[in-house]
Amino acid sequence: MKRLSGFYTTVFAATVTAALVGALAPASAAEVNLYSSRQPFLINPLLDAFTKETGTKVNMVYIKKGMLERLKAEGRNSPADLVLTSDLGNLNNLVDAGLMQSTSSAVLEANIPANLRHPDGLWYGLTTRARVIFAHKDRVKADEVTTYEDLAAPHMKGRICVRSGKHEYNISLLASIITAKGEAAAEAWAQGVKNNLARKPQGNDRAQVKAIYQGECDVSLGNTYYMGKMATNEKDPVQKKWAASVRIIFPNQKDRGTHINISGAGITKSSLNKAEAVKLVEFLTGDQAQAIYAQGNFEYPVKPGVALHPMVASWGTFKADEALMSNVASQRTLATRIMDRVRFDN
Amino acid sequence: MSWSWLNGWTIGTVIVAFIVILPIAAVIFIALTPSDDIWAHLASTVLPLYIGTTLQLMIGVGLGTLVIGVGTAWLVSMCRFPGKTLFEWALLLPMAMPAYVIAYVYTDILEYAGPVQILLRDTFGFATKRDYWFPEIRSLGGAISMMTLVLYPYVYLLSRAAFTEQSISVLDASRVLGRGPYRTFFSVALPLARPAIIIGVSLVLMETLNDFGTVDFFAVSTFTLGIYDVWLNMNNVAGAAQLATALLFFVVVLVLAERFARRKKKYHHTSSKYDALPGYLLTGRSKILATVACSIPVLFGFVLPALVLGGYSIIHFETSMNSNFLSYAFNSFLLSSLVAGLAIGIGIFMAYGVRVRNERLLKIMVRLASLGYAVPGSVLAVGVLVTLGAVDNGIDGFMRDTFGVSTGLLLSGTIVAVTFGYLVRFLAISFGSIEASLAKVTPNMDDASRSLGHSPFATLRRVHIPLIRASVLTAGMMVFVDCMKELPLTVILRPFNFHTLATFVHEYASDEQLGEASLAALSIVGFGILPVIILSLAITRSRPGHNKDAVK
Repeated sequence: MKRLSGFYTTVFAATVTAALVGALAPASAAEVNLYSSRQPFLINPLLDAFTKETGTKVNMVYIKKGMLERLKAEGRNSPADLVLTSDLGNLNNLVDAGLMQSTSSAVLEANIPANLRHPDGLWYGLTTRARVIFAHKDRVKADEVTTYEDLAAPHMKGRICVRSGKHEYNISLLASIITAKGEAAAEAWAQGVKNNLARKPQGNDRAQVKAIYQGECDVSLGNTYYMGKMATNEKDPVQKKWAASVRIIFPNQKDRGTHINISGAGITKSSLNKAEAVKLVEFLTGDQAQAIYAQGNFEYPVKPGVALHPMVASWGTFKADEALMSNVASQRTLATRIMDRVRFDN
Repeated sequence: MSWSWLNGWTIGTVIVAFIVILPIAAVIFIALTPSDDIWAHLASTVLPLYIGTTLQLMIGVGLGTLVIGVGTAWLVSMCRFPGKTLFEWALLLPMAMPAYVIAYVYTDILEYAGPVQILLRDTFGFATKRDYWFPEIRSLGGAISMMTLVLYPYVYLLSRAAFTEQSISVLDASRVLGRGPYRTFFSVALPLARPAIIIGVSLVLMETLNDFGTVDFFAVSTFTLGIYDVWLNMNNVAGAAQLATALLFFVVVLVLAERFARRKKKYHHTSSKYDALPGYLLTGRSKILATVACSIPVLFGFVLPALVLGGYSIIHFETSMNSNFLSYAFNSFLLSSLVAGLAIGIGIFMAYGVRVRNERLLKIMVRLASLGYAVPGSVLAVGVLVTLGAVDNGIDGFMRDTFGVSTGLLLSGTIVAVTFGYLVRFLAISFGSIEASLAKVTPNMDDASRSLGHSPFATLRRVHIPLIRASVLTAGMMVFVDCMKELPLTVILRPFNFHTLATFVHEYASDEQLGEASLAALSIVGFGILPVIILSLAITRSRPGHNKDAVK
């Protein structure tokens, strides 16, 4: 016991000292501190390229839940300069909480189309992803499903697989339907899809395609990049078979367009390295970084003219739902309530 | 009686408890901030469902872990059968498996598109899922099974420590008075071990209430999932804190009810005669049954999932084994050891503080201080954020106003913050098991030691700690393993560029890439299990009266 506690005391003292030294050491000039809800394995290649080009070091915390609360609690002393989120809804919440500051940059205005950034520069879109329908190549006929609304139609009974209705991607889709058609229609849609489910909502987007491949259902909802990741999965080649069993349907091409989700960035109000932070966002919207997003993660770059991954390009172009993204994001609370009301997951 | 030491224990205990209570109080404070009313909506839609599902989950996991944990603990402590010495520590192995990881693994194996059902379809010529019945893994039943498989070791550990610390004389007395082995177990050994078993089951239930990963993956609508839903999808942290507070209240009522039920009973041992444990020799059918009963949880809770993860790790070795991997493992190991040590120290301090100074205020304070375990991890992390943020910004504001210098954030976003968060969350484990164990030491021991002139501290060091050593080690081991697996607090409170094995798993698992996460998941199990085995052996040796050469 005695020796053990001696060890712990030493460890504790060492840790506290290290932490204090770390906290008190002055930050060197060329650094950007980043809170990111996008996975490090995805972002690191981009950050490394940035550091290589500019010499500016990027420190990161990968944090999803609790990012807003952390920024709020840290207040004016927060070390974060920049946030990256995988979903505009979360970015919008940060803006509404007054945690972001507006910036303007000619580079950013040139790189990002106006509808994919905040008018006052409180957030900037970096990539978009479409939420599409995956349909079995043989069992689903060409005209059976062309819209999200078709998923709620009687002929789809017992044929749909989907992940939890409470997942942010599905909440975001429902929010876009509220924006387009109103609360009552959105609720009827959610109820209709629920009635058509082949099984209780479960798993993730890939698991639904796997279920289609195995014949448990015929169609599912999923984000485009998962298709790319499955179709090129050398490590787990069976995923290629899943991907090969389905085709991508971009819904609602004749009316409002396919729902898209934006991953984005914003500069925090507390930022002490604002210039470097803006430079990083500029870099992320530049040709090199946009190409990494497109080639490495099968996303749609925001910068016009950047080449898509050949596979993504092979799916063809599509019309995106152009509804003002912040309006859609603000309907997420209502969308969640609708999912509760129709008991989508149960 | 001199005043000074009394004050020392009291003031010390109160201060420590107060600091630990702060983040929990912060959650309640957040609950009181104005927000959209969620209760009317929830009550008319999903609240009854959340409550019903959560209660079923708790009952299922509670009963499952109770039966497996106590049953196997009794077998390996009291009986002799093939494999007993192996099972003593092997039964602990599933403990280091994060519940959501084995949920992923079993889904892969057992779902409609998995190998088991494909084999069934091929063998019997079924065409669709309507042709046959197979249990759905992504369900409430599935969640109960997954959690039972990885959580029963808590009950096993604590009951085994209790059985190990039990004086054999009372068991012998029961047998001499004509009770058979089963009646002795149910009417003597089990009631005596009740405080420890209750602590074990309540730790399990709190883990169950806390779980997010498994129920989220299975889309089982529990109360905790509801908390996250209100927080993240409805962007209503106050509403989420209200739900978390309601959950906390529920846990407090449960704990109080249990305490009320055994209010006047005392559990300290009346005899200090510690002979070697009996080692009833099992023969024939019971021998085989005992071996099978102990094998099943180890097989399904550890061996099978570890094999699957091992297979994935080999495929994805290059991706996972990057140069930083070892540093993540080092971080996990160091942090977990540190917190385990601190939790034991503080746990002993508080439990003993209450013992020597049996005051109402103290009791309430330490009780409140062990509530952190009942708050969902991410919500508790927000409580820690708010607490440390207030302290840091308070100091900074004072320094700016007074001296014109900014101190910035001293604690927020440092290792200290993570350590503090772990302690707030896991103190319940160490305090609970140490207190339960101390309760078994008769106060006559204290009196004897004190009347022989020892101070309370010397009494603690020379009398109590040797007697409760097994429980102290058990507590440290549980905290260590829990820290290795800990995710939400680490993610939310950590410094820049800081990773543990658990956060590494999370990075990939959150992008549906279990394969890439397998090596790290397996390492959590590996690094977590090493000290578990070592300590487990130490516990066997630590039994008072244990003597290797004793005739069995």
